[in-house]
Amino acid sequence: MDISLQNIEYRYQADTPFERLALSDVSLDIPSGSYIAIIGHTGSGKSTVLQHLNALLKPTKGTVLIGSREIRAGRKEKNLKAVREKVGIVFQFPEHQLFEETVEKDICFGPMNFGVSETEAKRRASVAIEQVGLTKDILEKSPFDLSGGQMRRVAIAGVLAMEPQVIVLDEPTAGLDPRGRKEIMDLFYQLHQDKNLSTVLVTHSMEDAAAYADEIIIMHQGSVFEKGTPSEIFSAPQALIDMGLDVPEVVRFQLKLEQAFGRKMGKVCLTAEELTDVVASFLKGGNPS
Amino acid sequence: MAKQLVALENVTYQYDDQTSPALKKISLEVFEGEWLAIVGHNGSGKSTLAKILNGLQFPQEGNVSVCGHSLSEETVWDIRKQIGMVFQNPDNQFVGTTVQDDVAFGLENAGVPQEAMKTRVKDALHKVKMDSFLDQEPHHLSGGQKQRVAIAGILALRPSIIILDEATSMLDPRGREEVIGTVKELKQQDRITVISITHDLEEAAKADRIIVMNQGQIHRQGSPEEIFQMDEELIGLGLDIPFPVKLGKMLRETGIPLTKQFLSEEELVAELWTSHYKI
Repeated sequence: MDISLQNIEYRYQADTPFERLALSDVSLDIPSGSYIAIIGHTGSGKSTVLQHLNALLKPTKGTVLIGSREIRAGRKEKNLKAVREKVGIVFQFPEHQLFEETVEKDICFGPMNFGVSETEAKRRASVAIEQVGLTKDILEKSPFDLSGGQMRRVAIAGVLAMEPQVIVLDEPTAGLDPRGRKEIMDLFYQLHQDKNLSTVLVTHSMEDAAAYADEIIIMHQGSVFEKGTPSEIFSAPQALIDMGLDVPEVVRFQLKLEQAFGRKMGKVCLTAEELTDVVASFLKGGNPS
Repeated sequence: MAKQLVALENVTYQYDDQTSPALKKISLEVFEGEWLAIVGHNGSGKSTLAKILNGLQFPQEGNVSVCGHSLSEETVWDIRKQIGMVFQNPDNQFVGTTVQDDVAFGLENAGVPQEAMKTRVKDALHKVKMDSFLDQEPHHLSGGQKQRVAIAGILALRPSIIILDEATSMLDPRGREEVIGTVKELKQQDRITVISITHDLEEAAKADRIIVMNQGQIHRQGSPEEIFQMDEELIGLGLDIPFPVKLGKMLRETGIPLTKQFLSEEELVAELWTSHYKI
């Protein structure tokens, strides 16, 4: 399912004295099966964009296409359930949204809300719990007896059980330790590939964006500042740094090294392995490839 | 030898609903003016340790002493005057309606006279560089700014020790830098003792000393240089290695001579530059 934002504008509390322009003239495409990272610092508009992806917000100008459904500014939209069922959002700290008595009931809540039968919802819960790397015996427990990391996985299972075609992740690894971070990111990447999901990752982490995304979209002050593949985006790291954004540590290190030597080292490296090769051949006097 | 401020002896703590203790016979010391980083994976016991230090939890076994007082129901209020804590979520610890009210909150509780309060609020906000935001409301502030206000709220109370309990983990890179920069300055200028609980290894690398927690016990302690020698073992403990250490190791494996392990990018760049002209 493709999602497309076409020249959208969004104003919070429009037509009131508190009106605030959050997005202006934003256009972007999320083709079916792609992995897109949206980056920008606090207040850049990335969370506002996120809420347009399943029509939690409707643009004050422009059009949003979600699959075959068109959501246009100034029109009353009815029956958005079908859209929201297909686009699952994992919000920041999703474990704060757990509320049911048992893990199973909590996971079943989403699908049943969309009209799935209890039997089917339970079947999906038992699949989803394993997809997030937990065992089925957890289904009977209270979500509040679990560790923070397990709670987060249960909350993610709740979104997966809706069997969405697009999954939107808002800082999914915030607060996790390095191992937990890697496990969660690998889990989403696996699902992305196995189920051919479209994945949208909203993050501060340039490392994750560089490692997993096909395309990176940089938001700045409510507009799209730049978009491109990771190597395109990071070929001009200084512009990002000047905007107060991070770049992956590999990119930052290469930049510092090039500044120290007063020379470019050829290609833009995105992994420590690539950088090691480039630096080694550079120092040994070989031609940097 | 610096003065000992905190000492834990054989501290064991178990939560009511758990089958095994969160902390098992922990003994450690914290010295005046040092920056101690406590690292460990989620669930390793590091946050429990922080709560023990200022009496939010009382250990079932062992002894805790802070600034010469042994922690007990009677001394806990004196001990809390010595220790300020900054928590993870910036939005959960902003109680005032404006920046200066928020900093004044703690002082009001402590019964500081109003005139003294005004100067203390201003001084504290000046130290964290938030003095131009006195009347701002919290929702106009970034996460990093809110955390700096939280730090100011603690500074105004003039404690000897600040504990940062994953205080940077919800911030964006810029906010993280702001908070770490602030802490560094406070430590240098005011000789405040800092205990930072974190799983950000880049942050821990800036500390004077690191304690690695694993399954409720102290796994290792030492200087950042010593701790990062542990290399793969850290990854096994659910942690990571700072980037300059990782890259330095990979470069050495390709035959580039490096004199030692480098904890900062700047040092490694300088070393590579020097070694280039030796080859």
